[in-house]
Amino acid sequence: MTNSFKKILLGDQGLVVIFVLAFALVSIFVPNFLTERNMLGLLQSVVTVGIVACTMMFCLAARDFDLSVGSIVAFAGMVAVMASNATGSIMIGILAALLCGGAVGLINGVVIAKFRINALITTLATMQIVRGLALIASDGRAVGINDPHFYQLALSKLLGVPTPIWVLAMLFVVFGFVLNRTVFGKNTLAIGGNPEASRLAGVNVDWTRIWIFTLQGMVCAIAGILLASRITSGQPNAAIGLELSVISACVLGGVSLAGGRAAIAGVIVGVMIMGIAENVMNLLNIPAFYQYIVRGVILLLAVLLDNLRSSALGRR
Amino acid sequence: MSFLEFSHISKAYPGVQALSDVSFSVTKGAVHGLMGENGAGKSTMIRVLSGDQHADTGDIIIDGQVQKYASTRDAFHAGVIVIHQELQLVPELTVAENLRLGRFPANAGVIQSRQMFSEVGDKLKSAGIDIDPRRKVKTLSIGERQMVEIAKAIMLDARVIALDEPTSSLSSRESEILFSLIERLRAEGKVILYISHRLDEVFRLCDSLTVLRDGKLAAHHPSLENVTREQVVAEMVGREISNVWGWRARTVGDVRLKAEGIAGEKLVQPASFEARAGEILGFFGLIGAGRSELMRLVYGADMRSGGTISVDGQAIRAVDPRQAIRAGIVLCSEDRKHDGIIQGRSLEENINISSRRHNTRFGILNPRKEAEIAETYIKKLKVRTPSRKQDILNLSGGNQQKVILGRWLSEQGVRVLIVDEPTRGIDVGAKSEIYEILYQLAEQGMAIIVVSSELPEVMGICDRILVMCGGRISAHIDRNDFSERAILAAALPDKKTPAAIAS
Repeated sequence: MTNSFKKILLGDQGLVVIFVLAFALVSIFVPNFLTERNMLGLLQSVVTVGIVACTMMFCLAARDFDLSVGSIVAFAGMVAVMASNATGSIMIGILAALLCGGAVGLINGVVIAKFRINALITTLATMQIVRGLALIASDGRAVGINDPHFYQLALSKLLGVPTPIWVLAMLFVVFGFVLNRTVFGKNTLAIGGNPEASRLAGVNVDWTRIWIFTLQGMVCAIAGILLASRITSGQPNAAIGLELSVISACVLGGVSLAGGRAAIAGVIVGVMIMGIAENVMNLLNIPAFYQYIVRGVILLLAVLLDNLRSSALGRR
Repeated sequence: MSFLEFSHISKAYPGVQALSDVSFSVTKGAVHGLMGENGAGKSTMIRVLSGDQHADTGDIIIDGQVQKYASTRDAFHAGVIVIHQELQLVPELTVAENLRLGRFPANAGVIQSRQMFSEVGDKLKSAGIDIDPRRKVKTLSIGERQMVEIAKAIMLDARVIALDEPTSSLSSRESEILFSLIERLRAEGKVILYISHRLDEVFRLCDSLTVLRDGKLAAHHPSLENVTREQVVAEMVGREISNVWGWRARTVGDVRLKAEGIAGEKLVQPASFEARAGEILGFFGLIGAGRSELMRLVYGADMRSGGTISVDGQAIRAVDPRQAIRAGIVLCSEDRKHDGIIQGRSLEENINISSRRHNTRFGILNPRKEAEIAETYIKKLKVRTPSRKQDILNLSGGNQQKVILGRWLSEQGVRVLIVDEPTRGIDVGAKSEIYEILYQLAEQGMAIIVVSSELPEVMGICDRILVMCGGRISAHIDRNDFSERAILAAALPDKKTPAAIAS
């Protein structure tokens, strides 16, 4: 009995099993957890982390790293609000945000792939530059939204479910497909597994890495637009520390920091576990300060589990 | 009287029975050979001996005592030292520091350097190892580093020393020094377990021999008198191999690859050569002669500073591997681990990584087709694996090499296949299988270029040999004129004599 249980836990779907068990337990024991309202609130709360995790998964899978995501989310939110205020068109605001986010990502990608600067250093630099740009553009203050239709991006519902959750679900599906079923996805994993061998096997390594970062920038912009709409303004200080939550969620979901290993199901579960932990602590009125500790502990446990799993696989 | 005894050792990994019920024993003061093809279980045997892995069942008995060690540390204390292919020295520290690592002679935390250097120096001298203990390990040659590893074993008073493929990266002179050191250790009554592919060495050094095949004991020879090489090879592969090379005549067609004035950093002189359809062209030279560098330039893996390349009379750009592949030139690199396999990914993905571009629509994969291609080449190349989903890291070297070949065979329109050291670290059985694949490809009209530092190999399988020496092509020899003397003479820089290398 204990043996087969161990087998399941250490198997490929171990994390999913743990997630289902944890979900069942909190559903039973935490009052008000399994209500429609709380479920939608829970999903709303993980939208930003979840969206950015989609492309962070590619970054990590290719043995790269992106610290600039939090800054891009804030910057893109600012751009969306300011551009739509200035032009009176929400569409232009959205396009401008996507363009700016993509541009930052493109710069990250080109510097990392072509000039061969370490991704950690490059994105550490752009993280600060972009945050600075957001602060300068708004003179450090929040910028209010003029057109109330902008709120509808986050507030509108389809079949009773808020739009941002639909966007999140769609991105999970799209990037899950891209990772597993496209040349781009497989090349990403191959680069993470062995970059030099991939190059010699004819993979366009530089191009792939540049695209990963550009996509990351654009996806951050999507998250930034939705966030700005939800908090009804462009906040230059929004999403500080987001990069760490996103990377935690990915690692929790079994994405290897050494590259070459990633799965969308894992990332979804990772994002949800983080979200549920926070949600449950809120429901139980546990002070926010303790939540940091719990998040850290969850991350360590997940990595330990992953370690046990790889040694159980008996890699030789 | 047996000193080291393996008793009914079994060990399974997921999907593989690496060892099943292996028993043999070794007497004191003997060099015992352990042979077998890749994947036969030699490495697992060594891991069990070194405490790195536990046997599922069975015992190791040293000097009549059953060893129950749980880690490499315990094995250490039992007097078992394993010297791996990848040496475990700290490059930035001196020889003496490496030898006393963990047991520095210290006074209140301050290392007594003078005492350490003189002590270690004496020890090295008495062991017949001529290395200055003050030198940093990073300044030593591979051969010298190996000596330091052995010195470590001597200083730890090891009773059993296992050497895993010790000569794989040594020159023949360095090997000689190693052999005399091993003979000295034998005279001192140590037990030496000598793992090697090389029959010559085993027959020369060993007193007794064990052959493993598919994780089982294939043969145990307490003495090597009356044992022939052919017999051992047959025991290793489980069948007779009459002719490893199996060369046969082919019709050679038009020029497929024409490389003119190829220049690059590591070549002292621009190189030009041609390879014809149906031809197997050999590139021979010592390590550092520029063979692999030339091939990497042709393939676009490194930047060319000059030269033109044409395939079937058409000039191609080929400034990076992608363009070379599209022009029909492919390369299997010499360094499989670094430049060949994609670690952590399956066989299927490793095979399809390049050729999948023919089976996609708008960048979307065709999983069924990819599975089919993987199965086809696994079967065709006789890759031994439980499934196509297996992580490539779990395969033996020979099987990994076959997967890389499969990667290029599944490409469409390959006209020039370059293989760099195609059989390095591969056992006899798999070798002739790989040669046979090369012959078939040549017969289908491919131009094949084989880069090798094994003289018998190039002489055995090639139709023509270009010899490189010191960064330039130094000779061009046709099959009719092949002779060891002529090829070596062209490969050697003036100061060395052929006799020193030929042995």
